[in-house]
Amino acid sequence: MTDLNALLYTPEHEWIRIDDDIATIGITDYAADQLGDVVYVDLPQAGAAVTAGQVMGEIESTKSVSELYAPVDGTVVEVNEAVDADPDTVNASPFEDAWLVKVRLSGAPAGLLDRAAYTALTGAEA
Amino acid sequence: MSAEDTPTSPSGEGLRQSPLQAEHEALGASFTDFGGWWMPVRYSSDLAEHRAVREAAGLFDISHMGEIFVRGAGAAAFLDYALAGRLSAVAVGRAKYTMILAEDGGIIDDLVVYRLADEEFLIIANAGNRRVVADEISARIAGFDATFEDASERFALIALQGPAAAAILASTPGIDAPGLDELRNYAWTDALFRGVPLFVARTGYTGEDGFELLVDAQHAADLWRALLAAGAERGLVPAGLAARDTLRLEAGMPLYGHELARDIFPSQAGLGRVVAADKGDFVGARTLDERPGERLLVGLTMDGRRAGRAGYGVYRGDALVGEITSGALSPTLGHPIALAYVEHDAADAADLTIDVRGTRIPAHPTTLPFYRRKK
Repeated sequence: MTDLNALLYTPEHEWIRIDDDIATIGITDYAADQLGDVVYVDLPQAGAAVTAGQVMGEIESTKSVSELYAPVDGTVVEVNEAVDADPDTVNASPFEDAWLVKVRLSGAPAGLLDRAAYTALTGAEA
Repeated sequence: MSAEDTPTSPSGEGLRQSPLQAEHEALGASFTDFGGWWMPVRYSSDLAEHRAVREAAGLFDISHMGEIFVRGAGAAAFLDYALAGRLSAVAVGRAKYTMILAEDGGIIDDLVVYRLADEEFLIIANAGNRRVVADEISARIAGFDATFEDASERFALIALQGPAAAAILASTPGIDAPGLDELRNYAWTDALFRGVPLFVARTGYTGEDGFELLVDAQHAADLWRALLAAGAERGLVPAGLAARDTLRLEAGMPLYGHELARDIFPSQAGLGRVVAADKGDFVGARTLDERPGERLLVGLTMDGRRAGRAGYGVYRGDALVGEITSGALSPTLGHPIALAYVEHDAADAADLTIDVRGTRIPAHPTTLPFYRRKK
């Protein structure tokens, strides 16, 4: 199991795991619950440059469409093709099987939340 | 991540609650504001609930719908005047899908009307329209030997839908509903649940066989639990508004506020047959006037998995020729489906596209419903 306390978060409900200069990015269980059943995920291609705070993709559920924001600056080095094939993985395993992209950082991440801050945020929303 | 339309809002403050609210909370439902009511949008998964209704059964709380009784020697004549259909021709024990129209023919609401007795009818109105429907009934009833009662507060309405619905209803302890097997579609019967009156109608909004059960609000939770317990082994699950919406869309059924509205006429919505043109004077008779060039409701299918959503433009070449009113990836069919109003001469065009957030996706007009259950 993923140690959720070891992850960083955004107020837009992405999670980020940083290993050296690679950030693995997904959406949180809270976000997956709010969306309902995910039926389509549109992710950037490997090689694409992403900018923190800018839209990098879309997540579509049975009822809504959400934009996926890049939480960090960098270059996409890997995309989770399994999520493209089975979008419902996002609901089933948001922190493990349904990581979305891996990004090689081009600078130090900024403005990310720790678990306590993120939980306080979603707790206030729930 | 930021949702275009968030499926749940932070609280239900100021919204009306169903008599089944505590049941929904105990089942872990997520809620949404629907027509001024705080209603369950899903319990587990939209798709699982949708599939349960297609393959087994689902239980829906539809207590947000309005119940309006019309009674009196002139009740049938009044409804012939006040509504679009010929209600006087409905036999006792049967039901009819109809509409209440404005003077200019625009749709105020779509309704199901049950004939309870020679001189008694039950109108089921949409939650958000219940007051306006009651007000219109009140305004139109003058001069008729009839009275009406908005009894929405007194009742709970539960829908049991799916191929296993009849077997579940028949096997639920405490329900005494003789003649259930012979009950036809769009017919109703009086029954009992633990000795209290239970109105059982073979109607619904999912495209499946199923029933709608009207019971006094104070007995609603007991009935809900009894049905869920009896149906569990046949695959019955509680189902929310999200599943209800994809089910009705697959079945090509219009939803007020999407396909039906005050500025839409029945013929535009493909529902001209609902209007009994030859029954004499009625409110909304002008709906029959020629309306050349009006937009028409069409069914569209798309390839791939990206669905067009309500509000997305329909194009023919560079020309905007219409707008989607409801759209989703069909859980049963596996491809996107949509209902849209399009220009008259584009209604069966082979070269339509939908603008899905900047990408043009080909859309194919198709006959409705998208999904039809096997008999």
